[in-house]
Amino acid sequence: MAIAPPEQRIWWREPIERVELTWIVIAFLWALFMFFFMIAWHFIGQQNLSPEAYRILPSAYEQKVEEFAKKYQVREEKGVPVVRPPAGSDVYMLGRLWQWWPILELEQGQSYRFHLSSIDWQHGFSLQPTNINLQVHPGYEHVITLTPTETGQFGIVCNEFCGIGHHTMTGKIYVTQKKAETAPRVAQKEERR
Amino acid sequence: MTAETAVGVARQFTSRTCQFTGLRVDVAAQNLIKANAVAAVVFLAIGGLMGLLVALTRWPAVHLLPAEWFYLVLTGHGANVLLFWIIFFEMAVLIFASTILLNARMVMPKLAWFAFILMVVGAVLGNVAVLQGESSVMFTSYPPMMAKPHFYLALILFAVGALIVVGQFFANLIVAKEEGAFQGSMPLVTFGALTAAIIAVWTILSGAAILIPTLMWSMGWLSDVDPLVYKVVWWGMGHASQQINVSAHVSLWYLVGALLLGAKPLSEKVSRTAFFLYILFLQLASAHHLLAEPGLSASWKIVNTSYMMYLAVLGSMIHGLTVPGSWEAAQRRNGYDKGMFEWLRKAPWGNPAFSGTFLSLVMFGFIGGISGVVLGTEQLNVLMHNTLYVPGHFHGTVVTGTTLAFMAATYLVLPLIFQREIIWPKLAKIQPYLFGIGAAGISLFMMGAGTLGVARRHWDITFSDAELNFAHSAGAFLMMGLNGVFAVIAALGGIIYVLVVVGTVLWGKKITSGHKLTFPLHAGGAAAASQYGSHATVKLPGTIVLIAIFFVSFVLYYFINWKYLSELWLFR
Repeated sequence: MAIAPPEQRIWWREPIERVELTWIVIAFLWALFMFFFMIAWHFIGQQNLSPEAYRILPSAYEQKVEEFAKKYQVREEKGVPVVRPPAGSDVYMLGRLWQWWPILELEQGQSYRFHLSSIDWQHGFSLQPTNINLQVHPGYEHVITLTPTETGQFGIVCNEFCGIGHHTMTGKIYVTQKKAETAPRVAQKEERR
Repeated sequence: MTAETAVGVARQFTSRTCQFTGLRVDVAAQNLIKANAVAAVVFLAIGGLMGLLVALTRWPAVHLLPAEWFYLVLTGHGANVLLFWIIFFEMAVLIFASTILLNARMVMPKLAWFAFILMVVGAVLGNVAVLQGESSVMFTSYPPMMAKPHFYLALILFAVGALIVVGQFFANLIVAKEEGAFQGSMPLVTFGALTAAIIAVWTILSGAAILIPTLMWSMGWLSDVDPLVYKVVWWGMGHASQQINVSAHVSLWYLVGALLLGAKPLSEKVSRTAFFLYILFLQLASAHHLLAEPGLSASWKIVNTSYMMYLAVLGSMIHGLTVPGSWEAAQRRNGYDKGMFEWLRKAPWGNPAFSGTFLSLVMFGFIGGISGVVLGTEQLNVLMHNTLYVPGHFHGTVVTGTTLAFMAATYLVLPLIFQREIIWPKLAKIQPYLFGIGAAGISLFMMGAGTLGVARRHWDITFSDAELNFAHSAGAFLMMGLNGVFAVIAALGGIIYVLVVVGTVLWGKKITSGHKLTFPLHAGGAAAASQYGSHATVKLPGTIVLIAIFFVSFVLYYFINWKYLSELWLFR
């Protein structure tokens, strides 16, 4: 019994029941499969998180993002610049108490080098409703090659608790069709709703 | 002292012989178990109430607390239930498994009382710090967000107390062996508790390694704590400590099977090796919390998050067969040998110790286990990192798994250790079902909401105060409402549990010799113990069907999530 010493003092010499052995073999093979599938996804999959990151002072990162926003700003929305960088370029976003800044306007099917960092506390970059969730640390600049696959308006929520205003921390990304004009973009925005 | 140091000479200690199990019960150990169990239930009551407030606030139609209180209460909920309730109960389990189960004595009980007081001081101080309102940093307290120094100090004091008891557990084992309290190898349940204790040492040292510098930072003695380093080390404590829970509650599954069904492990070798796999690999799990972080390589993530090729998961999958398998074998020996499932149909479903344990086993595997593997898969994590899926998963492990198993075990602790008959047996009977259904509901609906992108630790999913508005889907709101409903059910189960425990301890009928228990143990008693159990050749058709259902669910759910992932934007 489980509450008494084992009958056989040298318990590791006990035979293993066949049903147990079968299950151990199946479970072990499944474990191996799951292990190797993660590796395989780096070759067959299109969603693998980049390990590329740099140490950076929060103030230096803030400056970089501001310069970027100034350079490519196309309009403003509720006081936040909307930035439309050239397709395939480096784009920057920062998290701070309590907003994602600036608003980006990207093109569908184009790959961007997407830089992400925080300038104060930790934040959680949560792109919705797509549901891509990344942790954002101050002092670490994370660089991801990101390719939007759908058009429309996407919300960014903060999903790492960052103080009393945490639930007001949002941001936005617009994705337009390749070389699209302003008009169809608005139409799509309506469509998404 | 001389008798104590002399090898092979048993020291006298005040004890009684249990009329139901024949075990020799050291009164000093018994009192310590009582104290730790009572403290555990007190903090469960506080933390559980906080949990209900959290769920009612996240229920969009109710939205009970203001934001500031919500974050405060959520911090308190985590500390009280995940740390204080569970670890106090585990201290009781460690003391039980190293003394009573071995017919042995508690070494240095006064030191254990000192440790107990330290832990109580830590737990109370922690609650004070949280309720003062300037330490709403969540259970994880990620820097650069800073709590008041006494918040960290409280956790350190609590951990030091726990470490002392873990040390005494080892001492108890050594002394029991030297004094010849038991012959041969230690019982499986004690082996499982030993696993928990070994992981606890790793856990508490990791905690010290990060909480002491964080305390110094909070005092102004250190200029900063690197947020990424903090997470790596903190989760060495935070995740590994959940593996203490797993080892402890799996041990209790075996214990309850033995006491209520006369179950014997199918093979000691297999069950013990499964525990041993926990010791070898579980501490790698810190990586589970770092899969969406910058700057860590894919190979580091893959090796660590999978516990080196999922070898610790393998341990749990083995227990998933051997525990119900040993129950089926025992029940067939008990005469319930008809068909595939008579053994299960005729199990003691009216005994809350059994029903709670069974629900814990099933739900830990199906809800907590499967979701844990999916969440801990390197790439899939991006789908759910920091969404409500995460609390959904760990309510599946820690609430439906650990908490329910501990509640079930309480229905044995009350008559056997407190020696009081359970008051209100009808309420006790339904308690595991109520709590189990409620807890399963909150786990599943939080996982559902997380899959739809709802953030964890978030006061307002309507974003009404945000400058840039965003609205979740109607499905997400539905999930949050259902989560609230099931939280109320779980809370009812929790309240009944606390009432039954408090009522029994205070007013339960004292158990005297010749007493017949309301919820009886297996009739075979201790004498039949080592012979009872499996046949020479084991036939377990029922368990095989259950395992097959589990395995198919696991594989399907795993691939569904890869399908979801493949539909995301591309990133590399």
